[in-house]
Amino acid sequence: MKAAKSRHRATTRIATSHNKAAMLLASRYLLLCIFAAFFLFPIVFMVVSSLKPDDQLLRDTSSLRAFIPYGDISLDNYKGVFDRVPAGRFILNSIAISSLTVGLGLIVNSMAGFALSRVRFRGQKVLLSLIIATLILPLEAIAIPLLMVVTELPAISVGDGLEITRGWLNTYHVQILPFVANALSIFLFAQYFGSIPKELDEAALIDGASWFQIYRKVAIPLSGPAFATVAILTFLPIWNGYLWPLLVVQQEDIRPVMLGVAYFFQLNVAWGEIMAYLTLITIPVLLMFLAFQRAFIESVASSGVKG
Amino acid sequence: MAEISFEEINKVYPNGFQAIHNLSLDIADKEFLVLVGPSGCGKSTALRMIAGLEEITSGKLRIGDRVVNDVEPKQRDIAMVFQNYALYPHMTVEQNIGFSLRLSKVPKAEIKDRVAEAARILELTEQLDKRPNQLSGGQRQRVAMGRAIVREPSAFLMDEPLSNLDAKLRVQMRAEIARLQHDLEVTTVYVTHDQVEAMTMGDRVAVLKDGYLQQVDTPQNLYDRPENVFVAAFIGSPSMNLFEGRIDGSAVWIGDHQIGLPHVVFDRRPGLQDYDGLSVIVGVRPEDLEDAALVPDAEATVSSTVNLVEALGSEIIVHFNLSAAPVDAGDPDAVEEISADANAVGRFDPRSRAAVDQPIDIAVEVASLHFFDMETRLSIWD
Ligand SMILES: Nc1ncnc2c1ncn2[C@@H]1O[C@H](COP(=O)(O)OP(=O)(O)OP(=O)(O)O)[C@@H](O)[C@H]1O
Ligand SMILES: [Mg+2]
Repeated sequence: MKAAKSRHRATTRIATSHNKAAMLLASRYLLLCIFAAFFLFPIVFMVVSSLKPDDQLLRDTSSLRAFIPYGDISLDNYKGVFDRVPAGRFILNSIAISSLTVGLGLIVNSMAGFALSRVRFRGQKVLLSLIIATLILPLEAIAIPLLMVVTELPAISVGDGLEITRGWLNTYHVQILPFVANALSIFLFAQYFGSIPKELDEAALIDGASWFQIYRKVAIPLSGPAFATVAILTFLPIWNGYLWPLLVVQQEDIRPVMLGVAYFFQLNVAWGEIMAYLTLITIPVLLMFLAFQRAFIESVASSGVKG
Repeated sequence: MAEISFEEINKVYPNGFQAIHNLSLDIADKEFLVLVGPSGCGKSTALRMIAGLEEITSGKLRIGDRVVNDVEPKQRDIAMVFQNYALYPHMTVEQNIGFSLRLSKVPKAEIKDRVAEAARILELTEQLDKRPNQLSGGQRQRVAMGRAIVREPSAFLMDEPLSNLDAKLRVQMRAEIARLQHDLEVTTVYVTHDQVEAMTMGDRVAVLKDGYLQQVDTPQNLYDRPENVFVAAFIGSPSMNLFEGRIDGSAVWIGDHQIGLPHVVFDRRPGLQDYDGLSVIVGVRPEDLEDAALVPDAEATVSSTVNLVEALGSEIIVHFNLSAAPVDAGDPDAVEEISADANAVGRFDPRSRAAVDQPIDIAVEVASLHFFDMETRLSIWD
C-alpha cells in the first residue's frame, strides 16, 4: 500500500519534470519560430505580392493582408516580366557568371590558402596580413581604378582570324576574373588547412605524396566545411553585384540579373512585376543555399578529423 | 634492407636551439634499435631526420650505402608510425593502408592483395571498410602499422607508437611489434621514453640526454655496465639509488655508513684503487638491497627507518632514508618515483616485515655496487 503510494508520487514527479522539459522545448521552438518569421516575412511579402495586380498590392501594404495571397491572384505579373526584361537570359548569365566565379575561386583560393598554411618562407606572415588587409577595401573604393585597368587589358577576339584587341568591357570574363581571387576565401582556407594536423602531411609525404597530392587527396577531402562556407560567401556578392556590371556591361545579352531590376523603374513603375522578377531571381540563390547547407552539414558530420 | 648510420650529425633548429649534438650511431641491417631518453632529449628529432622530415644541419646520414641528407622522404624507402597514428580520417582502413601503393601506381589487383595480406597479419580483415574514427585505439595502432608494413620498406621508424594505449594493450602490442619486426626482418628505429619498452624490445638501446648520445648497447649491458650516472639511473625501475661516498682503503663511506669492499669489487673495477681517499658517486640498484632479516649472511648492512611500503605481491618496494647526500642523476622522471622524505628505495622479498616508521636493517649486495667519478660522472672501470 505504502509502496504503491510512493510509487504513485514518484510517477507524478517524473510527469511534472517531463512537463517542464516539454514547456522549455515549446518555448524554445516558439522563439525560433518568431526568428524564422522575422526573416521569412519579406520573402513571403515578395512572393505574395508578385501574384497580385498593382492596385490591390498597393492597397494591401497598409495591413497584414500584404502577406496573404487572396483576391485577384494570377501569374500575370510573371508574363509581364518577360515582356519587359529578357529575364531568362539574365538568370542564365548570372548563373554562369556566379558559378564560374565560385568554381574558379574555390580552386585558386584553396590553393593559395594551402600554400600559405604549409610553405614556410620569409615574409609569409606579412603576405597573409597584406591579403587580409585588402578586406577592408570595399568594391566601391576600387571600382574606378579597376575599371581603368580592365579597359586597358589586352584580349584575343575571334573575328576574321585571331586579333588582339584592347579592353575587356562588354564580356563575360570581365564580370568573372576580377573576383576569382578573394582575400576572405584565401584567409578562410588558410585557417582551415592550418587546423589539419601536420602529422597527416608528414604521413603522406612519407607515403610518397607530392605537395599537390597532399592538397588534392588529404587537405581537400577534409575541408568540406571550408569549401561550402567559401562557396556560399562568394556566390552571394557576385549574384547580387550591381555596381560592377553597371560599369562594364552595356550589351544587353550578357547582363546579370541585378541590372534587370533597373528596367522596371523606367517609364511607369510596375510593383507586381518587380516582385515577380525578384521572386524569379531569388529562387536560384535559395536552391544554392539548400544544396550547400546539406553539403556543409554532411561534411562536418563525416569528416571526423578528431579521429 | 638497409643499415642506417649517423655520422657526426648535428641539428640546430631555425630558432638557434641545438637539439642533437654530434651524434654518431650505426644501426645494423635487420636490427631493432630503440632510442630512449627523457622528454625533450631529441629522440623525435633524430628519428625525423632519418625520415627526411627534419633537415640535417651538419654531418652525414646514410641509409644503405646512400647519403640521404638531401633526399626527399618518399625517396628514402622508409615507413613511419606516428605517436598519434596520423591516419587519414576520410579514408577507410583499406584506403589508409593502400594509400602509399596507390600513390606509387601499383596495379589495383596487387594493391588489394598486399593490403589484404597486411590486414591478415595484423588481424584487421574485419575492419577494412571502417573509418579510423570507428576503430578502437589498439586497432588504429594496427592500421598505422599496416600502413608501414604494406610498403615493404627498407626501414621502419616508430615514434612512441604505443604511448596512446592503455597499459594492458601496450604490453600486448609491445610483444606484437617485436614479433612482427622479427618476422619481417626490417631494420627498425623505435623511439620511446619508456625504459621498459626499450629494454624489452630493443636488440640494442641508445640512450639520449639533452641531444647527446650517452651509450648504445644491448639492454643487459646497459643494465650491468652503465657508462655514466645518467644511464645508470635511467635504466632500471625503480631507479638506481645514488649517493656521494668516499673510498677509504678497502671500504667505502656512504654518509655515516661504512661498507667493506671485497676483492671482487676491485677486480672488476681496477680503476677504483686510484680513488683511495677521494669522493665518488656510489650507486646501488633497489634490487641489490634486501631486508637484512631475510639475508642471514649479509656482507654489509645499513640501518634506517622505513618511510613508505608499496606491496606489489611478488615484491615490496620500501622507501627509506639514508643519512648520506643523494646525487641527482639528471633524469627528470626519477624524482617522482621516490616519496618525499626518503632518499633510497629497495625492492624486498614479500616475506619482509618492513613496516612504516619501524627501524630496519638493509643488506647490501656489495659486489653489485656501482662507482662513478664525482667530476666526470663516468663509471669507474679500468
Ligand atoms: N621546431 C622546433 N624548433 C625549435 N626547437 C624544437 C623544435 N622541435 C623540437 N625542438 C626542441 O628540440 C628538443 C628535442 O625535441 P624532440 O621533439 O626531439 O624531443 P623528444 O625527445 O622527442 O621528446 P618527447 O619525448 O617529449 O617527444 C626539445 O627541447 C624541443 O623543445
Ligand atoms: Mg618526441
